[in-house]
Amino acid sequence: MKLTVDQLHITLDRTPILHNVSLEAREGDIVGLVGPNGSGKSTLLRAVYRSLRPAEGAVRIGDDDVWALSPRAAARRTGTVLQDAGGNTTGLTVTEIVALGRAPHHGLLSRDRAEDHQAVTDAVDRCGVRPFADRDYASLSGGERQRVLLARALAQNPRLLVLDELTNHLDIRARFELLDLIRATGITTLAVLHDLDLAARLCDHVVVLHEGAVVAAGPVLDVLTPKILADVFGVRARTERHGDGIIRVLYEAQPLADEEALEDDSRSEGTRPRPAPEPAREPPVGAASTSANEKG
Amino acid sequence: MIVSISVGAVNVRLTDVWGIVLHHVTGAGSAPSDPALDQIVWNFRAPRVVLAALVGAGLAVAGAVLQTLVSNPLADPVVLGFSYGATLGAVLVITLGEGAALAGLGVSAAAFIGAVAAGALVFALGQQRGRLAPTRLVLAGVAVGYVFLSATSFVQLQATPNELRTVMFWMLGSVAGAQWDQLPAVTVVVLSTTVLLTLFGRRLNTLLAGDESATALGVDVNRLRAVLLILSALLTGTVVAVAGGIGFVGLMIPHLVRLTLGADHRRLLPLTALLGAVYMVLVDLLSRTLTRPNELPLGIITAFLGAPFFLWLLRHTKGLD
Ligand SMILES: Nc1ncnc2c1ncn2[C@@H]1O[C@H](COP(=O)(O)OP(=O)(O)OP(=O)(O)O)[C@@H](O)[C@H]1O
Ligand SMILES: [Mg+2]
Repeated sequence: MKLTVDQLHITLDRTPILHNVSLEAREGDIVGLVGPNGSGKSTLLRAVYRSLRPAEGAVRIGDDDVWALSPRAAARRTGTVLQDAGGNTTGLTVTEIVALGRAPHHGLLSRDRAEDHQAVTDAVDRCGVRPFADRDYASLSGGERQRVLLARALAQNPRLLVLDELTNHLDIRARFELLDLIRATGITTLAVLHDLDLAARLCDHVVVLHEGAVVAAGPVLDVLTPKILADVFGVRARTERHGDGIIRVLYEAQPLADEEALEDDSRSEGTRPRPAPEPAREPPVGAASTSANEKG
Repeated sequence: MIVSISVGAVNVRLTDVWGIVLHHVTGAGSAPSDPALDQIVWNFRAPRVVLAALVGAGLAVAGAVLQTLVSNPLADPVVLGFSYGATLGAVLVITLGEGAALAGLGVSAAAFIGAVAAGALVFALGQQRGRLAPTRLVLAGVAVGYVFLSATSFVQLQATPNELRTVMFWMLGSVAGAQWDQLPAVTVVVLSTTVLLTLFGRRLNTLLAGDESATALGVDVNRLRAVLLILSALLTGTVVAVAGGIGFVGLMIPHLVRLTLGADHRRLLPLTALLGAVYMVLVDLLSRTLTRPNELPLGIITAFLGAPFFLWLLRHTKGLD
């Protein structure tokens, strides 16, 4: 389903966190939400999964404002994987955790139905958690847990996926697997990603959030420009489309010094220990990541 | 239960007990030959065994729900201050004696009011900008408990030695005074809240995944907490009102079930009720037999018997923490 975020303002404890944030994900699109720590990504997601009511503006899934839907109706549309869920799951097995995804489909009196078991089984198989389906969730590794949480979100049979740092803890192969899986579901997705290279590969569009405001949005190559990467993320990097059609972000080893804008190369050079004068043109780190990618 | 009914200051044969119970419940068989025996079995023993079962079930279920509600494994009706509220109510009535009787308040009613008042206080103090925050709830519960406890101690200082003995016995819990006419109300409350809480099982499960996840799964976490808090305060109040402040059951039984049979509340709550009932019947049996013909308060036995077993189980369970 289409997701529309319309001129959102959010204030927490009298601190404005988001200012006039708008974005759109068309049906089936994967939209990457990127930005430095504290830029407001998780806060924006909270407004989408109906945990935080915005002071102004609206979030619409399909044609409905999420706050016009009941909590359960909203959760039937939106499957969510959170950054730091917390909780105390001692005693719950992996299958039981995945089955929590069926909660929005039930009222107080309804019992589990065949379709619930089907949805749980499908999600367990798709996310590759079958081998530890009967284990205590608390005993899993970080990456295994992320898979289980994705399975829980898929068990909701959602029309929109909201993912906060899903790829945290995942090894390189698992990242690609899960991202392929998400693409294969065809579900509209809003995903916070810290790995810009991964965002570039996966997303149809990216939205860059900086200090609570959208500073750029659109196709990856248009948005992740060296200037944005320098201004927002403080790194020297560029984005390229390679022969195989995959877009990559190539980083420099050396971060920009504080307050240094990309245009000011010459002025700040003396303060940096690195001798290379034109680093943006020959990317040593990028080269390594390129060869790794070509195997995939 | 039948065994428990048969054992006491006077031992009754199991077959006699069975006959008497069957006769009263179904009207089948002949009326018991010995009226004294009938009196002991049906009017003294049977109600207290039933009450013990209800009390055990109620406390255990309240404990299980509170542990999830505040996401703290140490929570139970005592930690959240409900039991201390009940104690203050009961102690006030016991020591004021005449005065309270004039106001038409029995010990049970006062204890119930005390527990529910404590619940209401914890509810009010546990709010943070309109949200019931788990940690705040626990801290509020502990603080409220201490206030009630010190008030209770103050009242006790004014009491006569005789009253003190009654107070002491009440605080440690007993079902010795059980009568048939108090059972229907207790039964209705314990059964209906247990059923209702079990219906909330799926939502309670989502709370285990953390507040934010539960919200994302379509649960109105704040409202759920409020409803659960009210139900568990009512449940605790009812049970404590008739049986006094029995500790440890509410803490131990839910963990026993969780550790052995899993944490899914749709199973956990009914099984917790069942195990709590069985355990309390057993404890009541021991309370009558260990120091015959005297009776021990239940509170002494629950912990003394339960704690070592509980510790043993903790040592032999993997996957904690
Ligand atoms: N209750 C609050 N009161 C005040 N400020 C808050 C509150 N909650 C969050 N913030 C601030 O809001 C900002 C945005 O937080 P948010 O969690 O959305 O960042 P994020 O982009 O997800 O960061 P990260 O990449 O580290 O996950 C942060 O600066 C944070 O400190
Ligand atoms: Mg975040």
